[in-house]
Amino acid sequence: MTSPTPEGQGALTVGSRLSGYLRGGGVLVPVITALMAFVVGGFVVLATGANPISTYKAVFEGSGLNWLFPWVTGDDRLIAGLNLQQTLILTAPLILTGLAVAFAFRAGLFNIGGQGQYLVGSFAAVYVGSSLDGLPALLHVVLAIVAGCVVGGLWAGIAGLLKATTGANEVISTIMLNWTAIYLGSYLFQIRGPLQSSDPAQQSIPVSNDILESARLPVFWGDPELQGLHIGIFVALVVTALFWVLLNRSVTGYEVRAVGFNPDAAEYGGINAGRSYVKVMVICGVLAGLAGAIDVLGWQFRVATNDITVSNIGFYGIAVALLGRNTAVGTVVAALLFGALLNGTSVRNLDPSIFDPLLATNLTYIIQGLIVLFVSAPVLVTMLSRGRLRRVLRPMPSPEVKSGG
Amino acid sequence: MNVLYGLHQPDEGEIHLRGEPVQIGSPREAIGMRVGMVHQHFMLIGVMTVAENVVLASEPRRGPLLDVGEAERRVRELSERFGLVVDPRARVEDIGVGQQQRVEILRVLHRGADLLILDEPTAVLTAQEIADLFKVLRSLTAEGVSVIFITHKLREVLEIADRVTVLRRGKKVATVETAGATEASLAKLMVGRDVLFRIEKDAAQAGEPLLEVSELEVEDDRGLPAVRGLSLQVRGGEIVGVAGVDGNGQSELVEAITGLRVPRAGRITVAGKDITGGGVRDALAAGIGHIAEDRHRRGLVLDFTLAENLALREYRRAPLSRFGLLSPKRMMRQARPLLEQYDVRGGRPGTAAGSLSGGNQQKVVIARELAEEPQVTIAAQPTRGLDVGAIEFVHKRLLEQRDAGRGVLLVSLELEEIRSLADRVLVIYEGRIVAEVSPDVTDEEIGVAMLGGTVRT
Repeated sequence: MTSPTPEGQGALTVGSRLSGYLRGGGVLVPVITALMAFVVGGFVVLATGANPISTYKAVFEGSGLNWLFPWVTGDDRLIAGLNLQQTLILTAPLILTGLAVAFAFRAGLFNIGGQGQYLVGSFAAVYVGSSLDGLPALLHVVLAIVAGCVVGGLWAGIAGLLKATTGANEVISTIMLNWTAIYLGSYLFQIRGPLQSSDPAQQSIPVSNDILESARLPVFWGDPELQGLHIGIFVALVVTALFWVLLNRSVTGYEVRAVGFNPDAAEYGGINAGRSYVKVMVICGVLAGLAGAIDVLGWQFRVATNDITVSNIGFYGIAVALLGRNTAVGTVVAALLFGALLNGTSVRNLDPSIFDPLLATNLTYIIQGLIVLFVSAPVLVTMLSRGRLRRVLRPMPSPEVKSGG
Repeated sequence: MNVLYGLHQPDEGEIHLRGEPVQIGSPREAIGMRVGMVHQHFMLIGVMTVAENVVLASEPRRGPLLDVGEAERRVRELSERFGLVVDPRARVEDIGVGQQQRVEILRVLHRGADLLILDEPTAVLTAQEIADLFKVLRSLTAEGVSVIFITHKLREVLEIADRVTVLRRGKKVATVETAGATEASLAKLMVGRDVLFRIEKDAAQAGEPLLEVSELEVEDDRGLPAVRGLSLQVRGGEIVGVAGVDGNGQSELVEAITGLRVPRAGRITVAGKDITGGGVRDALAAGIGHIAEDRHRRGLVLDFTLAENLALREYRRAPLSRFGLLSPKRMMRQARPLLEQYDVRGGRPGTAAGSLSGGNQQKVVIARELAEEPQVTIAAQPTRGLDVGAIEFVHKRLLEQRDAGRGVLLVSLELEEIRSLADRVLVIYEGRIVAEVSPDVTDEEIGVAMLGGTVRT
């Protein structure tokens, strides 16, 4: 009747190939992947003439993770605490953009659009958070967050809808939507743009209005004036728990996973794959939009066009999801790693005598890139682990050899 | 077989090829030793032409470019030499399964193989295609090529093979000359006990019509008419067989009845309820069970556990889910007795479906579809690729459905299967039912109708 095999023929999509790799194995593979990235990164540090061990030690201390050690006391502990607050402020949106990519992977989709969804979420949150003066604080915060989620969800939903109706590849459409979001922001907040600050003192600066006090996320650790840790990290952790329930314990999650593994069998079970794609992308967009909302409501308090073009949180989400193997817990751990790395290598935190801070930011890029590379090159890892490399490198008998000539 | 082709490595033991002990480390090495394999699942690239597929990995070049003319010439030459007729310029995805298999064989021959391993080559072929394949194999052996022919079908072994080796659970049971063997003697070797061939069944007690299909028109994926004004009826307590050559609208018919494909015109009712175009959920709710023709593509999510697979039709409803939340515990609890009842071996509810053998995977599909006691079961190729023990099991379950007063529509390319199970046989040709015959008529009579001829009834 139909051709005999789904496996034998037809190209796999990038998304399905990556998620296939991510399904196998346990905790060991991501740990090895991260270690390999750090080792190779260490060689890069060495090549610049610096000492990789003391560099990594400085990065670690810059991240504030040494606060967890009880023997760090006094001023060191104080500084470590301040650093850790910054690390966790970065970790919260990384968790969310990581989940936004992970959820798509579980449905067999590759959401590269986390950045755009994050940005439009922050635009919506900054608009609601800087207007509606006089609302009670709790209501204002909730409204601004919901605005970010809704707009992020709609933004990503466009890609889902395009895939469901026309079969447009979500990789392409989400990348396009990233650029659309960047230019949309540059337009909205440019000088004399529709949403540029109404403050007379800011007329020559391409920036939004400031978030009103009533819409700012409460700070629970550290000084609000010194950018203490806001409650965004708890929001991210609660959402992670919801993500787990949604994926593993809900009817929607069952359908999403079924479509991700085998769309034909899902259809046979009465699941509409197209509708599932839209649903999945909307949920991804909600997650990334939430990340944008808590960033502007928690510590940025405004959107500036300069920041829009250099922001990378959504892209880091891809590496976070890959390293976290698309699981809830894995994503949190990977987000903490990247949060620590970003903060530890920031210009502010690294002693210039140990490693040039200007190079340090690039170190984060290098490690991120290596992780994505190692995760995406499972063939290499599999070969290494099975000791097959030797056999491959040995010369092969030519397939053209025939007897008798 | 995968060891012979270098895909797997032996833990112990030796392989001798042309008298020499050899180690086959990879398929490339196997090819170098002139060993070729055609898998059950073809390894072809659909968008490329026949010629391009055949020369893949040993392409004739003109400078840096592929020499298309030379490739086509080589394919034609091989075709003629071995009687494998196929158009070198056709795109592989546009030709039938039987043709695709020829491309696979040509590719192996092009690489110079003189030992050909065929894994279940007839599983996807029609009777006519099988006859053609056997002709090809005979001309290959006449040219000095050795063939290892792996199959579950005893009749084919007796027809084509010179010697047969029977394996059971990875061990060689016996090697015998086919000249002195019979189907019964081989089956006994395979299963270790006597096997019933002629299924024993009582006369059907056909009741009220359960499934009625009238004037159905369905288009295929390309939008061409595949089912053209087809009508049929399945009553309670009978098995209706649909016999036909592959590609005469069977897949589209099954997909329309089970809600996977929206018909262009016509009506489908189950026990009086109209489900035309209502989708899978309507069909399911009306009492349609569906044993899909391709369990890997449709029937199972191989990465899901058995419990999750068994829930595929029911997960939306209580008790498996409430208020949008699933209960894994209840899924497990539902799975356990089903796995036992349907004799699924090698897996617990938490095992991934992909790790089971084909026969046990099919038992999981059947357990899920029959557990709900559907009014009508649509069984499409329900025993494809299964061994005799599993085939017997599937046939018994379908007969149980019939004897419980429910209806079964059996769509199969295996004439033997239809003749032994069905109470009435409908012959499908070019999207229409062209004949209804008793299962007792000869193969020839059905065969004529399957090819569009007229039958004396």
